[in-house]
Amino acid sequence: MVTIPIEIQILFAGLLFLMGLIGLLVRRNVIYMLMSIEVMFNSAGMVFVIAGAHWAQVDGQVMFIFMLAVTATEVSVALAIILQMFHHFKTLDVDELNNLKETN
Amino acid sequence: MNTIFYIAAAVALISTGLAIAGRNAIHSLLFLIVSLLAVSVIFFILGAPFIAALEIIIYAGAVMVLFIFVIMMLNVGMERETESNWLKPRMWIIPSILTTILLIDFLYVLKTMAHAEIAGQIVSPKQVGISLFSTYVLGVEIAGMLLLAGIVGAYHLGRQKKKVIHRFLKKENIIKEADSEN
Repeated sequence: MVTIPIEIQILFAGLLFLMGLIGLLVRRNVIYMLMSIEVMFNSAGMVFVIAGAHWAQVDGQVMFIFMLAVTATEVSVALAIILQMFHHFKTLDVDELNNLKETN
Repeated sequence: MNTIFYIAAAVALISTGLAIAGRNAIHSLLFLIVSLLAVSVIFFILGAPFIAALEIIIYAGAVMVLFIFVIMMLNVGMERETESNWLKPRMWIIPSILTTILLIDFLYVLKTMAHAEIAGQIVSPKQVGISLFSTYVLGVEIAGMLLLAGIVGAYHLGRQKKKVIHRFLKKENIIKEADSEN
C-alpha cells in the first residue's frame, strides 16, 4: 500500500485548497468563483478521507459523503441564483452588482 | 504506489491551476473534471475505493454536468469562437495528455494490484454503509432534509416569472402595434 507520509498528503490537500482560495479571490466571474468553492470543498473532504485512511476508521469517509450532500445542495442553489443574476443584470461579473453602493 | 500518488497529485494541481486561470468557462470545467479524476485516483490508492467512485459519479458526473448546463443556458464565453477553433490541437492536447497520464496510472495500478496484497488501511464500502446507517443515521436524516430544502430553494430561485398580460391589454398592444405600423 501507499507509504507516503501523512504530512505530504495534508500538504497536497492544503495546496489544492490554496488554489481554490486564490481563484475565489482573483476571479470576478461568478461561475469561476463557484468552481473555486468546489475545489475548496473537495480539498477539505480530502483531508477527512486522508485522516480516515490514516487511522483506518470509517468516519472520514462518512463525513465525505455528508459533505457531498452539502456540496450538491450548495451548487444547485448557487446556480439558480446565478441564473437569476444573469436574467436581471445580463452579466456574470460580481463587480457589476453594486446597486447598493453609494454613488457620489 | 508512491510514484502514482505524486503523479496524480501533480496532474490534479496542474489541471486545477489551468481551470482557475482559464478564459473559456467550458474549457475550465473540463480541466476541473480532470482534476476531480486525479483526486479520485488518490482516494483509490489511499484505500477509499467507495469515495473514489462517489467522487467520479457525483462530482465529475452530476455536479459538473449541472455547471455545463448552466453555462450553456447562459451562452457566455462562446461568442467569439467558431467551430474551426474547437478542432485545433491546442484546444484538446493538454487535457488529452493529462488524462493519458491518469490512464497510464490506472493501467499500472490494475497490473500491480493483481499481485499486490491489499491489507490494513483499506476501509471497505460495507463498513462505511454500516456506520452510515447505524452511528450516523441522524446525519443521514439531516442530509435528506438539507437536500429537500435545496430542491425547493433551487426551484423557487430558478423559476422565471411569467409575464401576466391581461387579454384586453394584449388587444391594446396589438392595436398600438397596428397604429405604429400605419
